[in-house]
Amino acid sequence: MTSNTEIPVLKKKDFQSDQEVRWCPGCGDYAILSAVQSVLPELGIPKEKFVVVSGIGCSSRFPYYMDTFGFHSIHGRAPAIATGIKVARPDLEVWIATGDGDAMSIGGNHLIHTLRRNVGVKIVMFNNRIYGLTKGQYSPTSELGKRTKSTPFGSVDNPFNPLSLAIGSGATFVARSVDIFVKHLQETLRRAAAHDGAAYVEVYQNCNIFNDGAFRYMTEKDSRDDNVVYLEHGKPLVFGKKGNKGIRLSGTRLEVIELVGHLGPENCLVWDEDEPNPAIAFMLAQMGPPDFPTPVGVFRAVEAPRYHEGVSRQIEEQIETRGQGSLEDLIYSGELWTVGEGGKITGGRS
Amino acid sequence: MSTEVSEKGSSQDREVTREKMDEVVIRFAGDSGDGMQLTGGQFTATSALLGNDLATLPDYPAEIRAPAGSLPGVSAFQVRIADYDIHTPGDAPDVLIAMNPAALKKSLVDLKPNGIIIANTDEFNDRNLKKAAYDQNPLEDGSLEGFRVYSADITTMTRRTLEDSGLDVKTQDRCKNFFALGMIYWLFNRPLETTSEWLQQKFKNRPEIADANIKVMKAGYNFCDITEVFQVRYEVEPAPLEPGTYRNIMGNTAVALGLVAASRRSGLPLFLGSYPITPASDILHDMSRFKNYGVITYQAEDEIAAVCAAIGASFGGSLAVTTTSGPGLALKSEAINLAVMVELPMIIVNVQRGGPSTGLPTKTEQSDLLQAMYGRNGDSPLPVLAAASPADCFNGALEAARIATRHMVPVMLLSDGYIANGSEPWRLPRVEDLPDLQTDFWSDPETFEPFLRDPDTLARPWAIPGTPGLEHRIGGLEKEDVSGNVSYDPLNHEKMTEYRMDKVARIADDIPELEVTGDQTGDLLVLGWGSTLGAITGAVKAARRDGLKVGQAHLRYINPFPKNLEEVLSRFEQVLVPEMNTGQMAFLLQGRFLKPIISYTKVQGKPFFRPEIYYKIKEILEP
Repeated sequence: MTSNTEIPVLKKKDFQSDQEVRWCPGCGDYAILSAVQSVLPELGIPKEKFVVVSGIGCSSRFPYYMDTFGFHSIHGRAPAIATGIKVARPDLEVWIATGDGDAMSIGGNHLIHTLRRNVGVKIVMFNNRIYGLTKGQYSPTSELGKRTKSTPFGSVDNPFNPLSLAIGSGATFVARSVDIFVKHLQETLRRAAAHDGAAYVEVYQNCNIFNDGAFRYMTEKDSRDDNVVYLEHGKPLVFGKKGNKGIRLSGTRLEVIELVGHLGPENCLVWDEDEPNPAIAFMLAQMGPPDFPTPVGVFRAVEAPRYHEGVSRQIEEQIETRGQGSLEDLIYSGELWTVGEGGKITGGRS
Repeated sequence: MSTEVSEKGSSQDREVTREKMDEVVIRFAGDSGDGMQLTGGQFTATSALLGNDLATLPDYPAEIRAPAGSLPGVSAFQVRIADYDIHTPGDAPDVLIAMNPAALKKSLVDLKPNGIIIANTDEFNDRNLKKAAYDQNPLEDGSLEGFRVYSADITTMTRRTLEDSGLDVKTQDRCKNFFALGMIYWLFNRPLETTSEWLQQKFKNRPEIADANIKVMKAGYNFCDITEVFQVRYEVEPAPLEPGTYRNIMGNTAVALGLVAASRRSGLPLFLGSYPITPASDILHDMSRFKNYGVITYQAEDEIAAVCAAIGASFGGSLAVTTTSGPGLALKSEAINLAVMVELPMIIVNVQRGGPSTGLPTKTEQSDLLQAMYGRNGDSPLPVLAAASPADCFNGALEAARIATRHMVPVMLLSDGYIANGSEPWRLPRVEDLPDLQTDFWSDPETFEPFLRDPDTLARPWAIPGTPGLEHRIGGLEKEDVSGNVSYDPLNHEKMTEYRMDKVARIADDIPELEVTGDQTGDLLVLGWGSTLGAITGAVKAARRDGLKVGQAHLRYINPFPKNLEEVLSRFEQVLVPEMNTGQMAFLLQGRFLKPIISYTKVQGKPFFRPEIYYKIKEILEP
């Protein structure tokens, strides 16, 4: 990173483009845009270093609204394009805006490979569990039985768990937040920005037109505390209106316990986001209604070799050991022979 | 093969006739595990250093190891050497090395009458004969009458040579191709040094393997020298090649070198996004070794990711390339269209193979022409170039890079399996003579508009991330002229569509006119494109020797066509277009110029042979 002293102080408005934002009124995307525009100026990175890449879908209009370099690409391919940018230009800060259809369905392959390679890109996956831009078909995160235009009798299509998929792919940073959890979302994005490898953030996002209230159970004031558990590194998993419930690891299962009598926070699972073994993070990713609260926060933050750095390092090493290649030497390599004037042939160069 | 008896020489204690030949075609054929590609390659390298002109044609199965001894498992390598300027690896072999019955059976149909067969008799056992569907041993039943058959117990003699080597029998048997090579070296009077040195270098960490192979090669050579297998030795003199330094090169390697040259001449870092696919993978392999040239090679999770990463790298300011073959090109088409829409430079190398679908992965064809031209949604023009020979792939890659960066457009370079794996001597260019491709990025924020076009080329500015004040968005949605904002305005879309068409059309001002060789006007123009150049050149020469009024022209630029193409077509009564598809170029030409074209097509997974085109010319002009 370049030194901070030369960088003018950036503000949120510096990241707002002159384009009219055209999501439906009330869409959760506005909150996510606002959060990203709030966090990026804080990072001490020159604005021209940011590139925002997207695929296709409502969320993928995101780059047009950011006053950074941006690339609105084709359906599902943002991680592939972003990988090319980051590998060719490791000096850039590459962010991806994507959705559950874009990332989990048509672009699933690129997503898992980008995560396993640990390319230093930040992936913000807007999960509204519906196809919005194509006007209301079920998505790979829609729940079984969901009635949509393409599933009039209910979906029989078992959904993906986006965080389980990411953890299974070897992702080194996995987190979840919710569009309207303003502070939490910003903090989660800050954490993602600080991670050097691939950062994957699922954001529960309300589509008020085609899937309104999908996350109401965890966003409504009166039910939120009982349905959400915040993952905080080093802290016990305690939740509930009065902090009266906790998550305990019992054998190979997680269970909800009432914190009464002899049971207190000390009996709960203490969250360890940098545990190398992803097993418990995976169990937490699977946790949710009706029997459990939904976890939000950082599920996993570990260090691992980063692909783009490996590529750069190998090139540096080769230049160091073999010297900067000369085009002359490359063309004039292999078995050479020289035809002289009069047709005389000699081995090698003239 | 025209021969003349030149002298009587002595070899050891016996008289051997020496015959001069102006050219010879040799085919090494064996099981795919027999090392025939390597053996042929060594004969080629040795002959190149003797100054012969040459051309090679490998022919190997799609299966890595098809069942040993089976017909599908036959791997062959054909090389033609000559004392004059040649253009193709030859039509019918003069000499066939058959390491087993299957190899004999598959190649016999091509062998010239009275051609030489060298057969490894050890492998002509009941089991192998059955696998090759022979009821009787062809070496014994008289069916090879009309050929000159030389039988040798190559496997036995290889084992005998190595019986004290300490190597196990399996390893010994792997050396038997060098026995055959030694025999051929004797027969054509070639030195063993080039191959000996190569073996020592290749196996420098396993000198016992190098020694064994060298020993076996010498044994093969001496076997011919001592015994009276052959009564004749053949000589092929050096060809009068233009003065210069040469190397033998395959098309795929030439593409890789051309791309590195383009990177150096443009000052742009080179990025290759690729996914392994036959017959294009060797470009990826070659470029992966060029790390100290700063070359980034990215083996992606699929064809789509490979091209998308290239597009991302191009946005970031790299000379971006993706390499593939037909089925991969189909997968890439949506992303290529994105590059057309965002007007970023990129080079797409399509090494064509037999299609449709998986088709014939290891065999050649030119049937992706229309896919290259039109295989995208919308009105989506892009420049299409076609390399004409292995060495020409170097020029093709450089030229594709020049057009891509100068005109801000993805460029398709067509090669095919024939020239990708075939080789020819390449007269090496001087680096300082290569075109200057110096490319500058936009830097001035005051005058920057993402889609403000250069008045001459209509290219938009290349503005890369990291440049202060140039923050802008590009994407697949239609953009407003100049500003680049998303626009659904109907007239703007029409205008932008026309810009994209016109931008490619104007490249015609930036490429050379089509040259005609042979007759400049006359009865027939033979118009080719891509890898048919060699066969057409030979055929046209022969037809003109017969007194026919024939001209020849070869299209390296397919989109746009050279400006004078219509005028060239008008100079001839008739136009013949030979191509390895069902008439795709003929279709393009007729659609564009409303001129009847005689389409001559071949889709057998094999290149055209000179006589095929020659007889077609005769048939047209002397019905």
